[in-house]
Formats: sequence, structure tokens, C-alpha cells
Amino acid sequence: MAEMTQKGETPEVLFWVGCAGSFDDRSKKITKAFVDLLQDAKVSFAVLGPEESCTGDPAKRSGNEFLFQMQASTNIEVLNGYEVKKIVTACPHCFNTLKNEYPQLGGHYQVLHHTQFLHQLIEEGRLKVDTKTSYKGKKITFHDPCYLGRANKEYEAPRALIEKLSAELIEMKSCKEKGLCCGAGGAQMFKDAEKGDKEVNIERTEQALDTKPEIIAAGCPFCNAMLHDGVKNKGKEGKVAVLDVAQLLAQTESL
Amino acid sequence: MYLSSIIFAIVFFVAIGMFTRNVRRIIRNIKLGQKTNRSDQKSKRWKHMARIAMGQSKMTVRPIAGFLHIIVYVGFIVINIELLEIIVDGFLGTHRIFSPYLGSTYDVLIATFEIFALLVIIAVSAFWIRRNIMRIRRFLKPEMKGWPKKDADYILYIELVLMFLFLTMNASDYWLQQHPEGQSYYTQAGHFPISSLLTPLFDGMSYATVVTIERTSWWLHIIGILAFLNYLYYSKHLHIILAFPNTFYANLNPLGRFSHSETVANEVKLMMDPSADPYASPAVESEPISFGAADVKDLNRIQLMNAYSCTECGRCTDVCPANQTGKKLSPRKIMMDTRDRLEQVGKQLDRGLAIDDKTLLDHHISREELWACTTCNACVEACPISIDPLSIIMDMRQYLVMEQSSAPSELNAMMSNIENNGAPWPFNQQDRINWINE
Ligand code: SF4
Ligand code: SF4
Repeated sequence: MAEMTQKGETPEVLFWVGCAGSFDDRSKKITKAFVDLLQDAKVSFAVLGPEESCTGDPAKRSGNEFLFQMQASTNIEVLNGYEVKKIVTACPHCFNTLKNEYPQLGGHYQVLHHTQFLHQLIEEGRLKVDTKTSYKGKKITFHDPCYLGRANKEYEAPRALIEKLSAELIEMKSCKEKGLCCGAGGAQMFKDAEKGDKEVNIERTEQALDTKPEIIAAGCPFCNAMLHDGVKNKGKEGKVAVLDVAQLLAQTESL
Repeated sequence: MYLSSIIFAIVFFVAIGMFTRNVRRIIRNIKLGQKTNRSDQKSKRWKHMARIAMGQSKMTVRPIAGFLHIIVYVGFIVINIELLEIIVDGFLGTHRIFSPYLGSTYDVLIATFEIFALLVIIAVSAFWIRRNIMRIRRFLKPEMKGWPKKDADYILYIELVLMFLFLTMNASDYWLQQHPEGQSYYTQAGHFPISSLLTPLFDGMSYATVVTIERTSWWLHIIGILAFLNYLYYSKHLHIILAFPNTFYANLNPLGRFSHSETVANEVKLMMDPSADPYASPAVESEPISFGAADVKDLNRIQLMNAYSCTECGRCTDVCPANQTGKKLSPRKIMMDTRDRLEQVGKQLDRGLAIDDKTLLDHHISREELWACTTCNACVEACPISIDPLSIIMDMRQYLVMEQSSAPSELNAMMSNIENNGAPWPFNQQDRINWINE
């Protein structure tokens, strides 16, 4: 972003990479897939790079309002400094926080989840999806991220993208409003679960595997990691892939 | 005739008086909570209430229970029209006073009431079977042991008894209307499609006996209703009233927007802006600020109203990922605990005692429960009357973290990472861009 501003350019959109997308190995693949798609669609975009900092979501969900607001204020200062208007992110937690919790602190942006943005790009004809690819007839089930679905009522954009792949979208027994959490939200990602008789991600993975899918599609780096662990735990690694919707699209691109 | 009117008036006013006292208590207890402003977006709120409380839109998400509930709900409203006549009759010592005025409409009304009474009996029986014979998971959770289970069954029994009394009253009335001796008092009025089937039961009885049956069921029916009205305060059945304000004052924001703290915002502003004068607003400091909630008085009034409104249906707990995987957390229990604690505090106030130093936190809701929540909002989405258990969980977490610094140690580590290097993991902020070259 800094470079573009120096050159006097204004990108169409700021890609908020998020902590997972920046540091976590699995999530970095999602970041790269999404960037490939942005480049293919000739979208001018920027990232904040080292100027990006955690949105504060895990702090807020842990109850640390103070740390959350410190993070938010710092980020808002940076974003407002670059006069950012439109943000896209591949992380529903960043998406939700930027969209719903930054305005009260003076950060007003148009915030899109990457599945929403990609869907727009396809509708506008800027991004072409090759529908004759190997996805044809493949069984894909989509796991709704809580912070995209229930928290922000976006159930359709990721599904529309999967349908564009001519894949067979099969729903799990609890989906959309009733979608079961992957177990990572509310800062659970960063701690051990309380005593119980099962891990949440195993329960959800079982629901996903019940649909006999070839691919479990996700729209969140944390869900992705949780479900991947679940699939591994169930001994299905190599048989059932867990992929972000952006990765699915990007793979058709390279074919 | 006058004696019965006097007795009726006494019974009626005592019952209404007791009910008013209960309502006052509820309002007083709710007002122990923090003020919060939800009087915005009036028209949206009316619509929300119309759709969810009146229209039962969330009930039907589960079709069987939803359908049965609609029968009882509509039946309850419809049959209560009859209550109006019963009360007027009670005061004036008259019998079926509306019938001469309404003519054939009266016949239609009575017939409708009877059909609903039968439907309610069927629906309530089905509810009883669901609760007691089918092993529906959400009715068997630990928080339902004891009083909550009894309460749920009592409500069904009371409803059954009331419906049977209503039909017996009508059946005996119909029998008396046919009887030569009854013509003067029990005038021909109403159409009785259901209770007329019961009249053969009275054949062979004397006129006086059937009059006694009619009078007894009339009195028991109205006394039963007045007693039920006063039972509400002790019961989850309070939702028949509170579901309405509860949905009206529901959170209309996206579920992902968690509550915002202005107090923290001001502090952060001071910290970020070195030129700000920290003593500029001393007025705010007069009361020690505390963050989050440890007890009911720290919660807001809507959260407390939520607690009184909860019907303990367990739809929230049923969809809770933590509960489904055997964790202690149950959003329904969060609501029940909040109500129990609020009642405890209320009782101490009733007796003029000082409030004890027990708190909602630890004495009712354990930390283990609070930390098991994934903040997934499934409970909020599932609640048929827009209750928000998650907001209570979050307020209590906020207390744990901001007042006691007692988050689980892994979370403390995560938070200090955010503080030091801007990410929940110990990575260097400068390395955020490394993925480009990998
Ligand atoms: S938000 Fe928390 S309490 Fe509610 S369903 Fe999700 S995990 Fe359970
Ligand atoms: S909070 Fe709502 S869903 Fe949960 S038990 Fe109470 S009424 Fe039912």
C-alpha cells in the first residue's frame, strides 16, 4: 500500500490478509490463490504488509475490550491515513470485525468477504471460470463460517461460486442458519477445549463426511484448519480435500 | 345471586392484586440491571415482534413442535375471549350474558372455542408425550432436573385440566338447556359441537346434580385461570407475556457486532492522543468503572428481561457446539442461572435484607462454562423469542479478563502476542508479507 501511495496510485481495493493468511502455512495458500484470482481479474489491489496488525477479533471474543480497541484504533489510523474505502478479506473474523465493529471507532469502509468479491467479479465478467474442468459432477459440501453466515447473513455468495464450478453442491445436515461451528471461534483456536466427550471440529467433520464429499469447501482459514485436522483424525486425508472456495476457483484457472 | 357476585369480586381482585404485585417485582428486579437504549428503529421493532412473537416465525423452524405450539397459542388467545364473558357473568351474577346480544355469532364463537379446546387437548397431550415418553435430548439435560422439569409438566397438566373444565362446563350447560326445569336460567345459547358429545354422561342424574356440576366446573375453571396467572411468576411460562417486549427489544444489529464499550473507547482515546487532558472529564470518574459482568446488577435490563422470558425450551442448547460435544456450557442454563440469581437478589430485597456477596459468576455460572463458548451465535439464532445468551457470556468473559485478568493461560499468551507483535502468534510483524515470496 505504501508503495502505491508513493506513486500516487489508488488501488480499487485493499486486500486485508489477516494473521492466519500471513503466517499460517495452510492459510498462506488461500492468500496466494486469492491473489492469483485478483491478478487474473486485473483488479488493482494493495496489501498493508507490515503495517497490518491483528484486527483484535480474538481479543474481543476473549473479553479483552481494551486490547481490541487498541488494535482497532491503530488499524483505523493506518487505514484512514491511506484513505481506504473498500476492503476485501479472506477471513470472516477480520471481515466481521472490520465491517461491524470498526465503524463505532471511526473506521467506515465497505468491507467484503472474498467470496462476495469473487462472486461480483464473475457477475461483472471480469473473472472467468472455466466450467469444463475436473470439478464437473464432483461432490462438494460447504461449511458455513459462523462469522460469515449467522453473524452477517451471507450464505449465498460462496454457494454461488461452487455452483459456477459445475460441481454438485451437497448440504450437510446442519447448514446455513443452523450451521455447526468448526470449533475455532471465540478465540477457541488459541486454547485447549474444555472437558467434554468430543472435539467440536470432529463433530463437524463427521457431519461433513456424512455427505460423502470429495471436497469440503470452507471460507475461513480457521475453519479450514479445524476441518483439515478433523479429516486427518478420521483417516481420510488424501481422500477428502479441505479447500477454500478461492483455492477451488484458482485451481480451475491454472488448468 | 348477590352472594356469588361478592365472592367472585373478592376472588378476582385478590388474584389481580397478587398478579400486580408479581409484575411490580419483576419490573423492580429488571431495573436492577444497567440501563441500555433500545428505543431506536421503532417500526423495525414492531415488525420484528409481529413476525417472531405474534407470527411465531422461529417456532416453525422445527415443524412438529412449531405446529403444536401454534395450536396452543391460537387456542389460548381465542378461548380467552370467552373469559371476558365469564368475568362479566361473575360480577353481575348473570349467565352467558353475551348470547342475547350476539345471536348466531355467539353460536359460532362457542363452537370455535370448543374446537380449539379439543385441539389444545390434543396438542398438549402430544407435548406431554414428547417430554415424558420420547427421549428428546434437549429435555433431558442436567439443568432440567428438578423444578424445571416439574414446572414444564405442571403447565401441561394445568392446561389440560382447564380445557376439560371448560368442556365439562359447556356439556352440563347444554344438558341443562335441554332440561324442562332449566329453561328459565339455562337459556338456549351457543352451539356445542364437542361438549354435546359428553352430555350422555349426565343422563340419569338429577337436575340439581348437573347444576352442581355446571357451577363447580364454572368456578374451578375461572379460579384455575386466575391461579395460573399467578403461577406465571414462578414459571418459565412467563414467556406468554414477556415474549412480546422481549422480541420488541431484540438486538437488531448483525449478530457479529458485539457490544461496544464507550468507557473503554474514551480510555483508548486518551492513551492514543498524548495531547488529551486526562482530567478533562472528572465527572465520569465519580463512580468506579467496572468492566463486564460478575453479577446480575452488572448485566443490562434487556439481558435480565431475557432471563425472565426464557421458556427453557432448549433450542439454544440443542444447537450449541460446545454442548453437543459434551462440554458443560449450555446457553439455556446461562439464562436459567441468571433468572435464579436475579430472583435470589429480589427475595433479599423483598425481605429488606442486604444483598449477599454471592455472584452469578462462580456461584451459578462456572468459568469452565464461559470459556467453552465459541461465540458462534447458534443459540441466538435458534431462540424463538430473540434471547441472547451469548451477550451474557461475553459480558462475564469481559469481567474475567478486564477485572480479574484470569483468562486461560493460552489466551493470555495469545493476547500478549497481539499486544507485542500484532498477531495472535509470536511472529514478527515485519514478516507479514513473506508469503509473497514463498
Ligand atoms: S454462541 Fe456460545 S453458547 Fe451460543 S451456541 Fe455458540 S458456543 Fe454455544
Ligand atoms: S434462551 Fe431461547 S432457545 Fe434457549 S431455552 Fe430460553 S427460550 Fe429456549
